[in-house]
Amino acid sequence: MRKRNLIPIVYILFLMLPIYWLVAMSFKTTNEILSGFSLFPQTFTWDNYVTIFTDPSWYLTYVNSILYVSINTVISICVALPAAYAFSRYRFLGDKTLFFWLLTNRMAPAAVFVLPFFQLYSAVGLFDTHIAVALAHCLFNIPLAVWILEGFMSGVPKELDETAYVDGYSFPRFFTTIFLPSIKAGVGVAAFFCFMFSWVELLLAKNLTAVEAKPIAAAMTKTASSAGYELGLLAAAGTLTIIPGAIVVYFVRNYIAKGFALGRV
Amino acid sequence: MTIALHNISKVVAGQTHIKPTSVVFETGHFNVLLGETGAGKTSLIKLMAGLDPMATGTIEIDGQDVTKLTTQKRNISLVHQFFVNYPHMTVFDNIASPLKVAGMAKSEIQGRVEEAADILQLRPMLHRRPHELSGGQQQRTALARAIAKESRAVFLDEPLANLDYKLREELREQLPELFAGRGAVVVYATSEPEEALLLGGATALMDDGNVVQFGPTAEIYRRPQTLMAAKVFSDPPINVAKVTKQGSTLTMGQSASWDAAKMNDAPDGTYHIAVRPHHVTPMPTPANTVALNGKVLVTELSGSESSAHFAMPDADWVSLAHGVHPYQVGEDHPFYLDPSACLLFAEDGQIVAGGGA
Repeated sequence: MRKRNLIPIVYILFLMLPIYWLVAMSFKTTNEILSGFSLFPQTFTWDNYVTIFTDPSWYLTYVNSILYVSINTVISICVALPAAYAFSRYRFLGDKTLFFWLLTNRMAPAAVFVLPFFQLYSAVGLFDTHIAVALAHCLFNIPLAVWILEGFMSGVPKELDETAYVDGYSFPRFFTTIFLPSIKAGVGVAAFFCFMFSWVELLLAKNLTAVEAKPIAAAMTKTASSAGYELGLLAAAGTLTIIPGAIVVYFVRNYIAKGFALGRV
Repeated sequence: MTIALHNISKVVAGQTHIKPTSVVFETGHFNVLLGETGAGKTSLIKLMAGLDPMATGTIEIDGQDVTKLTTQKRNISLVHQFFVNYPHMTVFDNIASPLKVAGMAKSEIQGRVEEAADILQLRPMLHRRPHELSGGQQQRTALARAIAKESRAVFLDEPLANLDYKLREELREQLPELFAGRGAVVVYATSEPEEALLLGGATALMDDGNVVQFGPTAEIYRRPQTLMAAKVFSDPPINVAKVTKQGSTLTMGQSASWDAAKMNDAPDGTYHIAVRPHHVTPMPTPANTVALNGKVLVTELSGSESSAHFAMPDADWVSLAHGVHPYQVGEDHPFYLDPSACLLFAEDGQIVAGGGA
C-alpha cells in the first residue's frame, strides 16, 4: 500500500513545488528572498499583498486583464455559437474547407500578428484599449471556440431540432431554451479555453497596451526591470494570477478532456 | 380530418428523393407507410411536417392549404425512431412543452399532461429526466407529448424500431387505442409488413421514393397491383417464378404445371407468378394440390412454424407451414402449392389475375 502511493505522492510534490515556492516567496520580504535558501518564510508578511491591493498601478492591471479577458470570452462565444451551429447543421458551398481554414490563425505564433495589429490599432485609435486586446485575442479564440462548439453540437441529434419545431418552438426560442441547455457543457469548455488563452497570452496584450489597459503580466515584467528587485511583490502578483485560472478550471474540470478533443469524444 | 397530398415531390441536388405523389390520409384508422429502409418513408413524413422543402405539389390538412406554412404553424406531432426528448427537462416539462409554447393556461397544461401520463403509465416518472428512463419509457414520453398536444396530424416514424422485442409488442398493442377517437390523422412508418397488418387501417406501399399502391391494408395484401408491391408487402419474401400460360395450363419451366382455369381471362404468354410462402406447404391439403419437387437448402424453426428454403430447377422458393416438420438439409422433398393463391403478373409487373379479383 505504501509503495503504491509513493510514486503519485512524489509526482504531486514535484508538480506543486514551483507553486509552493511562488506562494512561499509571496509571504517573504525581498531581503529574505535574496539572502539565501529558506523553505518557509522566516518573517511572515502580508505586505506584498497589501501593496498590490492598495496601489492602483498594481490592482488596476488585474482589473484590465479581467476586463479584456471577459470581453474576449463573451465576444468569442457569441460569435462562435451561430457559426458552429451552421457548421454542424447545414451543408453549404465550401463548408468543410472553411472549417479547416478557420484553424490557420492558430498555425502561426502570435508574434507574427503583433506588428499588423499594432499598426492597425494605432491608425484607428484603438491602441491601449481593452477592446483592442479582446479583439486581437478573438482572432485565435473564435476559431477554437467554433471547433469546440461544433463538436458538442454535432453530438446533439438533428431530430431534437425537428422535434422542437414540430412542438411549435421558433428558432430563437428553440436555440436559447432547448439547444443551449443541451450543450451547456460545451459552452462552458469553450469559454474556459477562450479565458485560458486570453489570460495567459502576454505578447499581444503587452504590445497593444501602454497604460490604460495594461495587463497584469505586463506589469510584472515592468517591476522586475525598473524599480529594482521586488521579488516578494512579483511572487504575490503571480500567486494572484493563478487564482482566476484555478477557479475556472475547477468549474469545467469534468469536461476538459472532451474540450481538448474539441468536443469529439 | 384528412391530409391530402397533391403531386408532392422532393428533389435534392438534382436527385429525386420523392417522386410526385398524391395520397389522401384519413382519420379514424392508422395510415401505414410500408417500405424498406431508404424507400422514402421518413422523407415523405418530413415533407408533410414541413421540415424539408418540396420541389412540387401542395399539402392540405383538413382542407386548409398548409404548403406555405412553417412546421411550427402546421399543428402536427412527430415521434422519431430514436428517442428524442429534451434532455434538460423533466418528463412533465417534456410532455408540457408544446402546450407551454402555445401559451396554454397552467391548470389546463397540468390536466392534459397528467391525462397523457396516465394513458402511457408515466405518472411515477413525471419528475425524472429522460436519461433516467428506460428506452421504452423514453419513447412513451415522446408519444405522450404527441397525445397531449392534440394536434391535427400525428406522424410516427418507426417509433418501435429501436425497442426490444417485448416492449415493441406491448406498445404496438397500445398504439391504436392511444389515438382512437382523438380525431387526428395518424401516419405510421414501418419496414415490417407484419406491423402493417397488425395495425390495419390503410397502407401505402413505398419503394424507391414512390408510393406504389395505397388502399385498405387487407385489400392491398390480398391483391397487390404490381409485382413490386407484392414484394414489399411480404415477409419472408414472396416466391416468384416465371411461368408460361397456354390455354388454361400454367407451366413453370420443368418444375411443375397445373390447371389455372380461374385465370382464363389472361391471354397466352409468359408471366410472373407470385405466391406467399405460407401457401406452399410440405404436406398436400385440399387447397394445396400442385406438387413441386425441391431440394431443401436451409430450414428454420420458429416456435410453431417451420420454414424451408428449397431449390427447384427454375427458382428458389420458401415454404412456411404450421407445426414442426422434420426436414433434412439436402434431401429432395415435395412441396405443395395452392394454385388459387397465386398472383399472376404481366412481364411489366402489372397484376393480371389472382388475389380474388
